[in-house]
Amino acid sequence: MKKNKLKRRIAIWSVVIVVLLVTFFGFRSSLNDSTGGSDSSVVAIKKRGVLRVAVFGDLPPYGWVDEHGNRRGYDLRLARRMAKDLGVKAKFTQVNANNRVDTLNSDKADIVLANFTVTPERKQVADFARPYMKVSVGVISPKNAPITNERQLKNKTVIVNKGTTAENYFTEKGGVHLLKFDSKTQQFNAIKNKRAAALADDNSYLYAWVKRNPSYTVGIKNIGPNQYIAPAVKKGNKSLLDWTNQEITKLTNQGFFVTDYNKELKPYFGKEVKPSDIVLN
Amino acid sequence: MEHSVINVLFVGNNFARIMQGLWTSVWISVDSLAAGLVLGTLLGILRTLPSKPLRFILRLYLEFFRIVPTIVLLYLVYYILPRSFNISWPASWMAILAFALWVAAEFSDIVRGAIESVPVTQKESGLALGLSKTQLFRYVLLPQAVQLELPATINLATRVIKTTSLLMMISIMDVIAIGQQIIEANNQKYPTAVFWIYGLIFILYFIIDYPLSLWSKKLAAKENR
Repeated sequence: MKKNKLKRRIAIWSVVIVVLLVTFFGFRSSLNDSTGGSDSSVVAIKKRGVLRVAVFGDLPPYGWVDEHGNRRGYDLRLARRMAKDLGVKAKFTQVNANNRVDTLNSDKADIVLANFTVTPERKQVADFARPYMKVSVGVISPKNAPITNERQLKNKTVIVNKGTTAENYFTEKGGVHLLKFDSKTQQFNAIKNKRAAALADDNSYLYAWVKRNPSYTVGIKNIGPNQYIAPAVKKGNKSLLDWTNQEITKLTNQGFFVTDYNKELKPYFGKEVKPSDIVLN
Repeated sequence: MEHSVINVLFVGNNFARIMQGLWTSVWISVDSLAAGLVLGTLLGILRTLPSKPLRFILRLYLEFFRIVPTIVLLYLVYYILPRSFNISWPASWMAILAFALWVAAEFSDIVRGAIESVPVTQKESGLALGLSKTQLFRYVLLPQAVQLELPATINLATRVIKTTSLLMMISIMDVIAIGQQIIEANNQKYPTAVFWIYGLIFILYFIIDYPLSLWSKKLAAKENR
């Protein structure tokens, strides 16, 4: 009985000690990511010495993490440059497509640089600065039967991914037969199996895919209206918005985005694409 | 080719990063469980008291946390709470807060059930010996209740550990979030890396959860004997 009691006591104390140790090391590691207050004005950022940027961590080549744990990509290079020009360090918070706006509104980040496409709905909940990139719908076709012009598509079958801008565009336009798929994998397999004359999707995906499948070509690079990718700040944060607008203008004039394109996007997109297909001037 | 896909796990710091993510999941679960079990015990004792309004309020608390999905709780504490109360804690602290309140709610019900199922003769004998209310709980009811509630508690612990996979939704770099970073970074070259990464994560969760589950089974068997 006595031995049992001792055993139980040891068990209880070891649980307590483990919990205390875990708490100590856990909280110590969490101190690095304290959020740093709710003021995101340029003055506050400079005073804090840290620019908090919300980025993607799983979307190469725009925002991703390499095998050494370093954040990389087109958006990341811009983020670091902006922090440098502010004279502060950049600190990153990883977000996904759904919580970009919430992250801004709850002051977890000063600015979002996460492949954020400007749309009228989003303009109501966040303030977008000058765009730094454009995307639009592109069309791929086999190299031996290329489609280089929208008129060639008339009455032909076109593969699209459900819920994309490409689907919307062709549904509104009419005049083509649409073959719709749920996933990227399915739609690309369908074009390989010659189920249609062409496939339409966001051109940035197509460039990367064509690079791995050289028997196809992005015959039409831009179709329909361009969509713009821009930095976003919390609604009403005029000081950071103004600063970002000036910064994007300055960087565009300096050719920063062409360099950024060549370093981060070109390895993924290949030679067929020119910086001017993506970068704004 | 197959060989090089497995290498995705070990190239650079990938393995260490996954372990770092696992540590985040583990320390958040351990702390939420520790805080939640203490608070839950108190609430469970309060729920066995005869006061009707108190019981009603605690019942509401339990039902709220039981009904609202954990992901909604996380969103509430991470995005809504700071905005309305001007708190700016790191994400991991907010996660512990949400998880601890959830664990406390679930555990209070386990404790209440256990205390109520201690045979009534035990309680009466204690009172006949002249024990005070506090002494009765401390020396008679709680020690016997602990035996009864252990299997359910361990079950709750495994659930908490599994639910940490939702942490990535509030920007915490747990093991799943790091796994996705690695998968997407290698998607171009090695599309099949996804099986290896999720396979490894599956094994890691299993290594943590299975001993707990075995222990709970053993305790349950002991009880039935």
